[in-house]
Amino acid sequence: MKALLSGNEAIARGAYEAGVQVITGYPGTPSSEIVKTSAELYGDEVYVEWSTNEKVALDAAAGAAYSGKRTMTTCKQVGMNVLSEALMYTSYTGAEAGMVVVTCDDPGLFSSQNEQDNRFYAMLAKVPMLEPADSQEAKDFMKLSYEISEKFDVPVLFRSVMRISHCKTVCELGERTENPKHLDKFPRNLPKYNCTAMYAVPMHAHIEQRLKDMAEYAETLPINRVEMGDTKLGIVTSGICYSYVKDVWPNASILKLGMTYPLPQKMIKDFASKVDKLIVVEELDPFLENQLKIMGVDCIGKEYFPPCGELLPETLMDIALEKGLLDKDIRAKAAEPHELPARSPVLCAGCPHRSTYYVLAKHDVACTGDIGCYNLGAQPPFRAQHTMGAMGASIGQLHGMSIAGVEVGCCTIGDSTFFHSGLAPLANMVHNESRGCVIIMDNYTTAMTGHQDNPSTDYRVLRTNKARKIEIEPLVRALGVKMVKTVNAFDVKEVEEGLKECLAYDGPSVLITSGACFQIHKKIERIFEVNTDKCIACQQCFKAGCPAIMISDEVNPKTGKHKSRIDPTLCAGCSVCSQICPVKAITVKEA
Amino acid sequence: MKNINFLIVGVGGQGTILASDILAEVGMLAGMDSKKSDNMGLSVRGGSVSSHIRWGDKIGSPLSMPGTIDILMASEPLEGMRSLHFLRKGSTIVANTYRVPPMLVSTGQAEYPSVETIDKAMHDAADKVIAYDATAISLEVGNVKTMNIVLLGTISTLTDAPVELWEKAITKYVPAKALDKNLKAFHAGREKG
Repeated sequence: MKALLSGNEAIARGAYEAGVQVITGYPGTPSSEIVKTSAELYGDEVYVEWSTNEKVALDAAAGAAYSGKRTMTTCKQVGMNVLSEALMYTSYTGAEAGMVVVTCDDPGLFSSQNEQDNRFYAMLAKVPMLEPADSQEAKDFMKLSYEISEKFDVPVLFRSVMRISHCKTVCELGERTENPKHLDKFPRNLPKYNCTAMYAVPMHAHIEQRLKDMAEYAETLPINRVEMGDTKLGIVTSGICYSYVKDVWPNASILKLGMTYPLPQKMIKDFASKVDKLIVVEELDPFLENQLKIMGVDCIGKEYFPPCGELLPETLMDIALEKGLLDKDIRAKAAEPHELPARSPVLCAGCPHRSTYYVLAKHDVACTGDIGCYNLGAQPPFRAQHTMGAMGASIGQLHGMSIAGVEVGCCTIGDSTFFHSGLAPLANMVHNESRGCVIIMDNYTTAMTGHQDNPSTDYRVLRTNKARKIEIEPLVRALGVKMVKTVNAFDVKEVEEGLKECLAYDGPSVLITSGACFQIHKKIERIFEVNTDKCIACQQCFKAGCPAIMISDEVNPKTGKHKSRIDPTLCAGCSVCSQICPVKAITVKEA
Repeated sequence: MKNINFLIVGVGGQGTILASDILAEVGMLAGMDSKKSDNMGLSVRGGSVSSHIRWGDKIGSPLSMPGTIDILMASEPLEGMRSLHFLRKGSTIVANTYRVPPMLVSTGQAEYPSVETIDKAMHDAADKVIAYDATAISLEVGNVKTMNIVLLGTISTLTDAPVELWEKAITKYVPAKALDKNLKAFHAGREKG
């Protein structure tokens, strides 16, 4: 049967067909739909969970794979940094059944804080890596990944990028094959699974030999293939870039690598010897190019192609024309781009985070920030989240601010991020007698990546599965925080008073701003309107940064400034603007 | 059937991804190679969104280059104007005229281009422009979420894919309880073609 699947749906399907039994992961764009699809479509046959963070996810997968179960663990590119410690030891140990780690990288930074190239993790961990070029390959390569994992007793790194994960292409579906392995007991195999130095020394020698064996295997692996065409130009490429290359150079000779680590050296040298000029087309870092050069293969890569951003087909075509690698432009542009007002993302109408950033901006509080929707608090009109770097980093940075003693500040972190990486730095603040207010913005979900569960939600994986919710307030008290306040996130005054009290406290404090994400419930019980007669056009309500509030055509004759109005189709009825208005001109709209 | 490169643009939350799913599905059902790519990112929070869809005998990249789009579907006029450089000469635009001002405009920091400016830019770039208030039609049908399906109805008249395939794809992707309104919206859009 044929179906149009996204890369992520195809990865989930491939793992299912390969007999995966345990799937773990932490959400992150562009990877999140793999676990979601698995839970929705295959949840009856496969155990699926959102773990508290990526390392927890891979540790859990390791324990299951040591017990003989086929596993898959998913993350986005930066999640790999969290997961990497578990990747390093599972590379040493291997497992009793196939283990696949999926990383979805984000060239072009569509929803990320960096453009790190996770292909280097394969080299670092000495594990094989597969890179699909479309959904069909994503599915087929996933099945092959389990074969390779079990053949070489190694976790396989499966690398996608946003353009694979979020593109849909036609895919032929297959049947599920069950894992024949069954263990009655957890293995007591210390030399294999206990990485103490005594055992790890021989393990290291073993994985060096394994790497050589896998490189030999890569020479005859059908997913590394040559498509001979015009021999004037040879192109080494992989993944999504292969599809771009086919559009830009339909006639060139191509070496298409499906397994990009370790590389088939003989195959590459043979291909290089048959073409006049060899180029390497790869996004981000010169991962393939450097390896080719170390082999002594003469090639051009980053000398022509930029290391930043996506290597889009139009970029390739521009460079190809400029460097004489192509003589015909297939484009016939009908217009040049126009200069137009940008449309940036904003906190949704009805968002529980709005009041907090309004208050932080109003008092110009130094604020280290974390990762989630609330990073939109860095956007105008707030500009109130002053840093953002990594999951949980806001709390550690706040502690550093306290050590430096420059200012008493705060940090903002969401509930899911707090459970992901916030507990350890908060314990550190308490233990080291730090000062500052940790604002935990509890919206009862992992909002930005699509409302996944986390330990503070009352459901797991799918909204219909009930789960035990861990309350944040008793948890932070148990960690030793003496000053803890929980406030209603939709009450501006409560947030403001709570913040003042916490900042005045001589020690670490926690302010929990509690309010549900609007996108979960989407309930609108009332909407607000601006009473134009009362409105003095102070535009204070614009400081709420709400998409429903707009300038009106009416002007205050004294100041010449425009009054405001509320778009009734966008207002979610949260009332934050009405609390901010100094003249009480914003009131509930009569039905 | 012809090879066609489509581009759908709009504002996060308008439902352009659903429209791109349906359009790509129709290509596959019509027996062609079909690929699509959505630019989502943080877009659900009201940013610009775009989707590339390509139908052909054998598609390489899911993305079309600027200067190669045959049919542009603009769910919002400003977003349509923002994407005109993607069109090739001799192309067609199907555009909603209902405006959604970005935050910079709604807070008075920038101006939304005039109706005439957008209209002229679209006519300068494309051979054929079909622009109307699809939001108003969707409201008449009784569900503002069907706005994109109205526009798809118009798009359907520009291709050779039989109408049954469009109906089949719509049935697959829209919630069962909203199917009647969506099919009504689709046919209202076909009237505009």
